[in-house]
Amino acid sequence: MKSRPKLLWLQGVTCNGNTHSFLNYPHLSYILETFEFLYHPLLPATYTLEEIASCTQQCDILIFEGAYDPRMMRAGARMETLVQHYGSSATTIIAAGSCASFGGMFKQSDPEYITGLGFDREIAKGPFAKSPKLINLSGCPIHPEWLGYTLRMIADNKVILIDEMHRPKELYAYLAHHGCTRNEYFEWKVDADQFGTKEGCLFYKQGCRGPMTHASCNKILWNDVSSKTRTGSPCFGCTEPDFPRTNMFETKTNMSIPQDVPLGISKRSYLTLTGIAKSFRIPRLEKRLIDDNT
Amino acid sequence: MKSEPEKSINTKKEDRKASIMQTALKLFSTEGFYTTTMPVISKKLGMSVGNLYNYFSSKDELAKELMLYISSMLGEKLREINMSDKSVREKMDMIVKMYFTIARERPELIEYFLRVFLSNREIFTKECTGMVCVSDFVTELMLFFDDGVQSGVLKDQDFFSALGLFMGYLGGMVFLNGEEVLPHPLSDYESAIAENIYNALRKQ
Repeated sequence: MKSRPKLLWLQGVTCNGNTHSFLNYPHLSYILETFEFLYHPLLPATYTLEEIASCTQQCDILIFEGAYDPRMMRAGARMETLVQHYGSSATTIIAAGSCASFGGMFKQSDPEYITGLGFDREIAKGPFAKSPKLINLSGCPIHPEWLGYTLRMIADNKVILIDEMHRPKELYAYLAHHGCTRNEYFEWKVDADQFGTKEGCLFYKQGCRGPMTHASCNKILWNDVSSKTRTGSPCFGCTEPDFPRTNMFETKTNMSIPQDVPLGISKRSYLTLTGIAKSFRIPRLEKRLIDDNT
Repeated sequence: MKSEPEKSINTKKEDRKASIMQTALKLFSTEGFYTTTMPVISKKLGMSVGNLYNYFSSKDELAKELMLYISSMLGEKLREINMSDKSVREKMDMIVKMYFTIARERPELIEYFLRVFLSNREIFTKECTGMVCVSDFVTELMLFFDDGVQSGVLKDQDFFSALGLFMGYLGGMVFLNGEEVLPHPLSDYESAIAENIYNALRKQ
């Protein structure tokens, strides 16, 4: 039998969210058949964590979940040692989720020491800063399909093009806004009055970051079914290096003018378009899509 | 590519259009919108009414074009101020000065805005609704306010509360000046008015 690529799933400072998210990958069995899991916190694996911590094995793919704190201990081994040992043998290092990519949520607990594997927010820093082996799959948590895509590309020996933040372009060249079912409300500047409805845009009041977030959530749906904006919840921009921000359910405005506007569009152009679009009242967009009373 | 004679015809037509707008602007702002009919405008220009309609399909269309022109002209001046390397306080002085200078040098522009656009909204309901015909100007004011709040100088509040205070005050002074109520020239009030607006809008 042909030997399978060796995959190691290591955890830093984490909530296990990425581990759990990946369990929803519909083709998990393919991954389990294609790769040998040296260690994974939940799935069947060849070695125990203690055996991995002895640093006697080598892996082809290192998946790292959680923020990186060099001082952290795992089964008696220092994280810095573990990451250096397994990272040096791996041909690909995957930062799974926003904490591993940029520091994310857990960076908040000790901002001075905790970083991502290759980035501290948007600055290149960490044990694999500027390493061509590093692939960031940011998101809180990671989208199971995005990790599945990356592993399948590796299994098929295909080149994965990455952006300046080391994210695969195929997954992150899009904005969460692309494919959002509320785009018509965005065009005509019709607000959503509340969370959880099918109608209205969440950008104006509810803090939606869809137009400035690199993510294909509305192209590759979660569980093949939905996305945050489709359910009436704003995009928090969880794939970006500045995640998490504060007051994520509110749009920051200055004199009613949004502080941040869609990516790459000047505020002057955006406000010109907005002022005109807002001048028109479109009754169809003010109605419920499905009216229970008729 | 257009031939030379064709170009010259187009330029001529543009020039004629500009002169129609200038004449109409003066008539609308001094004689009022309803008393200024298309025949009155054409007579003043020395052209036939039929020919006038070759340039503007209706009086409402002419009215809309005039508002777009004024907004674009004021917007451009505001844009220059916004893009200058000055403080919010200095920019406020510059805006007030710019507005009063236009009111003095080309009163018909401001008069049209106040006495035609704001006073006869029924004319502008179709194609000039909301911000459509004033968006150049309003956008620049939005950018000015946004910059003021972001730099920590102005108080964060509803846009229209600030807009009303700012433009209402300036418009009111120009109106009083037009009615010859003010004892001094408009320029004498610039500094005090800019300071009052600044004090009203600044972060306490």
